Amino acid sequence: MATVRIPSQLRNLVDGERKLRVTGGTIRAILDEIDAKHPGIKNRVLDEKGEPSAFVGVYVGGEDIRFLGGLDAEVPADAEVSIVPAAAGG
Amino acid sequence: MSKVLGLKCKECGEVYATNGIHVCELCFGPLEVALDYDHIRSVISREKIENGPISLWRYVDLLPVESGWDSDVRVGFTPLQYAPRLGAAIGLKNLYVKNDSVNPTYSFKDRPVAIAVTKARELGYTVFACASTGNLASAVAAAGVKAEMETYVFLPSDVEAGKITNAAVYGANLIAVNGTYDQLNRLCSEIADEEEWAFCNINVRPYYAEGSKTLAFETVEQLGWRAPDHVVVPIASGALYTKIAQGFEEMVTVGLIDGQSVRVSGAQAAGCGPVAAAFAAGEDAFEPVRQPETVAKSLAIGNPADGNYSLEVARRTGGVIESVTDAETVEGIKLLAATEGIFTEAAGGVTIATLRKLAANGAIGEDEVTVAYVTGNGLKTQEAVDGHVSVTMTIQPTIGSFEDALEDKQEAVLAQAAR
Repeated sequence: MATVRIPSQLRNLVDGERKLRVTGGTIRAILDEIDAKHPGIKNRVLDEKGEPSAFVGVYVGGEDIRFLGGLDAEVPADAEVSIVPAAAGG
Repeated sequence: MSKVLGLKCKECGEVYATNGIHVCELCFGPLEVALDYDHIRSVISREKIENGPISLWRYVDLLPVESGWDSDVRVGFTPLQYAPRLGAAIGLKNLYVKNDSVNPTYSFKDRPVAIAVTKARELGYTVFACASTGNLASAVAAAGVKAEMETYVFLPSDVEAGKITNAAVYGANLIAVNGTYDQLNRLCSEIADEEEWAFCNINVRPYYAEGSKTLAFETVEQLGWRAPDHVVVPIASGALYTKIAQGFEEMVTVGLIDGQSVRVSGAQAAGCGPVAAAFAAGEDAFEPVRQPETVAKSLAIGNPADGNYSLEVARRTGGVIESVTDAETVEGIKLLAATEGIFTEAAGGVTIATLRKLAANGAIGEDEVTVAYVTGNGLKTQEAVDGHVSVTMTIQPTIGSFEDALEDKQEAVLAQAAR
């Protein structure tokens, strides 16, 4: 099982959980899996075209999925996935 | 009546109370401070500002803090230096350098930090923190001392030695991270989500960013209450760049000047130039850079939070975003030092090299009143000029040794002239 760290802004959608355990495979599959149980997550993480929002970073093992094939990025069984607001730094 | 209306989402317009939050709960868009300009217009004046402290606090009416600011720390109101020799060297007749390398910790970062630390205390935080490319760490560490807050500063482990020393000396908890700035920035965002800390460029970023507006305010006042025609600003996250543009606009909004049409141009390093690349390609959104490779480590942000907003500012104001190589950057550092007596860090070299490029290709008109923002001190990044500057002569402590060496040098100059 992979772990998904949920940012505070989304915790109201997942019963306040900080981390979720998922079976996964790819980021797309993980988001589908979470959204099936906690509807609304996909809407917040993806833009109107279904692509990752420019305002949210998604990371597998600390690596930005934009360098790993986007939503098709593979998520190994023991991986940690982070969802992080992008408006930071500088 | 408060001058601050709240925090407003830059994307969807949702309004929030002024707490330690930085993104919209609905769309993850960045939050920014919404000021009550009608109120500010009724209380602000040139005379009031001119009689204010000799620091950025003279513009407190336009800053999102209510009270408790520390007027003993002289942040800001740095020299706007007329730069005729640099201008002559690159073909500009009305050039000024805003020398922001002389702030308390020797970079512009003391400005946003002054606002962030004041707001952090107003909000009741006791720990002050940041994700830094180098300069911010020392600004946060020093501000934390006077504010009596514990500080945590996170830096890439490969930053220049001077930046480590300059942050560590204040007694901060200094955490060197083996990774790029973007990686540690993501890490800090996750830490900020778990700890009740004021991370100045994360959860108190909306207030922090406002501090950079003062670079525009000062420029207007120091030019005699007029806006320049063109400015060149370095771009790392794009917060400085977009806030300088906003600062010029606010001067008009609150009635301090009648109008402005400043062309806001941006400077990036070629080895980490995602915004310049998108500008050149005509794109609205940048592609992140995974592994920045540049001598200008303070600009090494591959995933700039305000990158897309910077593109919008450049196009709206008629500016240009350009990038320069490391070799051009080093030449920029040396040119500014040799013409105007200012030793800037590598990021300043990027700015001067970009200024030179834009003057050469006509993007900046030779008569435009132009201001280049030099945002950090050269003593922080001495590595950048290693091997490019050296001792002229080494002699024995005798007049004869000196005269011989001087003669040798003069002969060498003549020989070079003859070639």
